[in-house]
Amino acid sequence: MNIKNKIKITVNGKQMQIIPKFTLKSLITKLKMPLNKIAIELNKKIIDKNRISKIRLKKDDKIEIVHFIGGG
Amino acid sequence: MIDKKFKIANKIFKSRLIVGTGKYKSFSECAKAIKTSGADIVTVAVRRVNISNKNKARLMDYIDPKKITYLPNTAGCFTAEDAIRTLRLAREIGGWKLVKLEVLGDKRNLFPEMIETLRSTELLTKEGFKVMVYCNDDPLMAKRLENAGAVAIMPLAAPIGSGLGIQNKVNIKIIRKQTKLPLIIDAGIGQASDASIAMELGCDGVLINTAIAKAKKPIQMAEAMKLAVISGRKSYLSGRINPNLFGSASTTNKGII
Repeated sequence: MNIKNKIKITVNGKQMQIIPKFTLKSLITKLKMPLNKIAIELNKKIIDKNRISKIRLKKDDKIEIVHFIGGG
Repeated sequence: MIDKKFKIANKIFKSRLIVGTGKYKSFSECAKAIKTSGADIVTVAVRRVNISNKNKARLMDYIDPKKITYLPNTAGCFTAEDAIRTLRLAREIGGWKLVKLEVLGDKRNLFPEMIETLRSTELLTKEGFKVMVYCNDDPLMAKRLENAGAVAIMPLAAPIGSGLGIQNKVNIKIIRKQTKLPLIIDAGIGQASDASIAMELGCDGVLINTAIAKAKKPIQMAEAMKLAVISGRKSYLSGRINPNLFGSASTTNKGII
């Protein structure tokens, strides 16, 4: 696909380009993220992980994917 | 005195030592230290996944949340809104409701910002979270947190990671007298004797991270802390002798030659 047709999104502060109508589930799969170990925010709203296949990403969407790390 | 079970939000825990998972050299060292410490609660933090290195090891691969209770924290949060956002995300990862609230007010001394902490406790409790609250060693604020619905009061011994030990024993004793909630010393422990002192003051538990993780021998220190907590608790329950200014001979003078 031509790069012109791609849309820009931000994932964990980094810009990414995806094809239009790309779902949140496709993004998680592409990034190889284990769903049971993460939480996802789309434009500051927490997303129910059971619904990610129904969510299509749009231009300028901001996604945060978090997990647990060591902490006190 | 008879020992009571260590119960937080209606759940009984075996170990009175809670261990943090930060600052270790590796996840495997962290996992070993936790095992040796006997802790059944560990604190964890919520952070961005590294999307450019997908194969990077994850904490959950080393410490099984089915076997050890994860206590998500709000490290790095300076407002109630930050803290709530972080804990909602933590809950989304796997349904965690028992959480450690930590809202800081100063980047250098890492003291808790108590106005935001109190506000966060109220909001999180309303949302159904069971909030264990990192706080100052102020009895009045401890009371307000209790009234706001906190499930555990966790005053600092000294600044986070300072290793200075308990700086205000009197305040900790006063908080102990006024609350039936679990009282856990969180932050500032430096060595095993500090953990024992916390328990001898009547605390229900101790939360330790840096003192174990940054010790020259973390695994051995984890064991020392485990024993110190057990020892301090037994000492507290045993009812110490009254301190005297003058001596009292251990051997009778009767039959002296």
